[in-house]
Amino acid sequence: MGSIGSREVLELSVNGRSHELLVKPYATLLEILREDLRLTGTKHGCEAGECGTCVVLIDGVPQLSCLVLPGQIEGSEITTIEGVTNGSELHPVQQAFMDHGALQCGYCTPGMILSSVALLESNPVPSREEIKEALSGNLCRCTGYASIIEAVEDAGRFMA
Amino acid sequence: MTNVVNETSSDLRVVGKSLPRVDAVGKLKGLTAYTDDMELPNTLYCKLLRSHHPHARVLSIDTSAALAMEGVAAVITGDDLPIKYGIMPTSQDEHALENEKVRFVGDPVAAVAAVDEETALAACKLIKIEYEPLEAIESIEHALLPPSDEPIHDYAGPGNIHRMGALEFGDVDQGFENSSHIREDIFFYEGNTHLPMEQHSAIATFVGDKLTLWSSTQNPHYVHRALARVFDMPMGHIRVVAAPHGGGFGGKSDPFSHEMAVCKLAMVTGRPVKCTLTREEVFYVHRGRHPVLMWVRTGVSEDGKIMAMHFRTALDGGAYGSYGPASMLYTGALQTTTYNIPAYRFEGVRVFTNKAPCGPKRGHGTPQPRFALELHLDKIAQEIGLDPVELRRRNYVKPYTRTVNHLRITSCGIEEVTDRVIEASGFLNRKRRLGHGMGFAISSYMCGAGLPIYWNKLPHSECIIQVNRGGVSLYCGATDIGQGSDTVLATVAAEQLGLWPTDIRVVSGDTDLAPVDLGSYSSRVTFMAGNAALQAAREMRDILVDAVAEKMECSPQEVMVADGKVGELTFEEAATLAQEKVGVLSTRGSYAPPPNIGGRYKASGVGPSPAYSYSAAVADLDADPYSGEIQLNKVWIAHDIGRSINSLAVKGQVEGGVYMGLSEAMMEAQLYRHGLHKQPSMLDYKSFTFFEMPEVETFLVETVDLEGPYGAKEVGQGPLLPVIPAVASAVHDALDVWVDEVPITPDKIMRALDAKAKGREGRYGPKNFPKISYPSIVKVPPFDASSSPF
Repeated sequence: MGSIGSREVLELSVNGRSHELLVKPYATLLEILREDLRLTGTKHGCEAGECGTCVVLIDGVPQLSCLVLPGQIEGSEITTIEGVTNGSELHPVQQAFMDHGALQCGYCTPGMILSSVALLESNPVPSREEIKEALSGNLCRCTGYASIIEAVEDAGRFMA
Repeated sequence: MTNVVNETSSDLRVVGKSLPRVDAVGKLKGLTAYTDDMELPNTLYCKLLRSHHPHARVLSIDTSAALAMEGVAAVITGDDLPIKYGIMPTSQDEHALENEKVRFVGDPVAAVAAVDEETALAACKLIKIEYEPLEAIESIEHALLPPSDEPIHDYAGPGNIHRMGALEFGDVDQGFENSSHIREDIFFYEGNTHLPMEQHSAIATFVGDKLTLWSSTQNPHYVHRALARVFDMPMGHIRVVAAPHGGGFGGKSDPFSHEMAVCKLAMVTGRPVKCTLTREEVFYVHRGRHPVLMWVRTGVSEDGKIMAMHFRTALDGGAYGSYGPASMLYTGALQTTTYNIPAYRFEGVRVFTNKAPCGPKRGHGTPQPRFALELHLDKIAQEIGLDPVELRRRNYVKPYTRTVNHLRITSCGIEEVTDRVIEASGFLNRKRRLGHGMGFAISSYMCGAGLPIYWNKLPHSECIIQVNRGGVSLYCGATDIGQGSDTVLATVAAEQLGLWPTDIRVVSGDTDLAPVDLGSYSSRVTFMAGNAALQAAREMRDILVDAVAEKMECSPQEVMVADGKVGELTFEEAATLAQEKVGVLSTRGSYAPPPNIGGRYKASGVGPSPAYSYSAAVADLDADPYSGEIQLNKVWIAHDIGRSINSLAVKGQVEGGVYMGLSEAMMEAQLYRHGLHKQPSMLDYKSFTFFEMPEVETFLVETVDLEGPYGAKEVGQGPLLPVIPAVASAVHDALDVWVDEVPITPDKIMRALDAKAKGREGRYGPKNFPKISYPSIVKVPPFDASSSPF
């Protein structure tokens, strides 16, 4: 990473597109996504790594974007909710969330979907305990979680 | 995991179906712009400087260094916003920025607008404030004593007493005299908070003489009124837009400091100003569940009939009035909507303390007394040797009756919801063994407050439907806070117009574009806005049908409206025909509750509702006698929904209510130490994750209310209520000890077990209820049944 003044040059690939950005060295990935790239589908609930709302995939692994700094992601491929599908189609996980009523206010939904996508890509037929384990870092205040578990199971069956 | 049983079948096409929300796709794809996602050109960013003293006089504020900082556009203090406001007419006790004294840690004192948040935050640190600390009041007991220096507010009193109420319906003393068994109990329910996933956010612009505020608010209409007051501007010059909303649960129901601050800063700077609270600030903004201390005394006859009840409450209100006068009365209002109590006395007090202000959280003022009442009845049942379900059944209210405090009960599925959970859970045949328990409880909630927050005779909900070149738009001030109100309104209209809910474009939560709906509180939207939408949609249907009937030369009765067609024509063709005939196609609907649903005594405004929902729950759990740890196994919940408008959305609200009830029953608590919030973070403030949440089996009972839209009643709040006492009762069932305090945590269970082991009462909970000089009791004759059919 080069730097210009107090800013660092960051090469970042987001949803398959490369960006060259000038960022504060202490800017979080969350801030870079939302403020520099205006990808506001990634939400924030605490900015302290506590709620899971800001989950994105870094090289396919769900990470809390509020805790990730530029130096950690140079050369990585980032997937946000905007990159889960191309075009106007819904990803099977999104479709299952819709069909099962697994979203209400929708604020935890992008993070929840990305955590679910990561789980199902490595384990398409997870047990309930595996789903709980994979999503336990994502808080939701609306649904009571049950419909989310049902949606992930259903999406897994579709993806398998 | 969850089983939903719909009990009535009907020929309705879309109402009652299990359909996705109309706003699902935008939310699933990350396209929905919540307030903080919106970005206007040339925006400034606002940070609030908040007090770090729980109670102190503000002696001086020096903003000069902050103002001089590069990148700072404006700094404002209380001098710039001198007019007080508050959600209720009787609680106009908040300055957006306090310049005389601060009343809790987190009370805002100044606001900065700067080029970015970082600069605004740095500038806040340069503001010098000189404080003179005052004694901090941190408990109900302390607040009841005469203050050693000065009361927190000077408008109430005596001392730190905010509000009191004392009412009696029927002859309570006589009722106790006629009782064969009398029992007294004391309970405490700790405060907790909403914890919406979205932090509050607001953006304001001031262009010409017009102010616009986008905010994550549940109640744009009340914010609109508060802005008009604070800025002394005509309401017509102010627009409030409730942006897509990341969760409310009551926590975004008040007008807030950050909303006032961005408006003022937009006026001062001429630029858009945005303020998004940090998670820590959300804990200070609070307005959540009041901590309530409760004392209850009930007399029953030999066969378990309630003869008289005396209920006392003391609420810790925190630093400001907020909804407090209503919250206090709600702790005494709805005991009577589940049980027939022939003589009832209620005394309540709300005190001010130097903590974040309390207000309405899901169930507003009723989860606390519901917890106390249900446990109290369990104890009575145990003492008189009656099954707890049977004791309740002997006292259940009947449909189409009046309560002793004059509340009008219409449709009432209390027996049915009881049957569902009792049968499904096998509660009556449960095998008793140490460490395993089941608990049962019931509850009731309002379908909207019968009176608005400020006195007026206007409709509570208004709706306009416009059909333009075949497209249908529905305009209503109701605010979708995630509960699905846009989906409900679209479904109600779609049913009438023969369309699909996603065919209706809903414009909601906007004070300029949509007619008034009072807001998303008191579970009022489905019933009230739903009725307004139904009226407007019926009228539109009639216009279309008339136009088609005229063309087809048939009677309107012969024109079917279904599946995208009006008679032989497509909806679009019918709409064009009607537009040719009458011009603009616009219809209206409005709803106001019937005037006769409550009593006419002082304080009778709290409690009346056009209908009440009923819920019953059974909780099944294992409680470890050696560690006090609870493992929830399953919850059965049945809810009298009247009629389900969208079963998927209703199921979601039921499960969400059960979740929130369980989470606050077992872990959520807003705690303080030396005036400081002990856990203002999502990690330290414990709430349920996927791991803690047990299986839930849901039953919907449809009683088809005569006044609800298609017979619908509320679901947003009711299903939370029985869950908490059901858990407490199950803990007793498992370990034979009572935890008379929420949250029910392992340490409290262990203390109760310890007390029992030492030969004392196997109980953890408050031992004393303070001596309170309640006002003299207002005696109200019970409802006179001869003057009205019910």
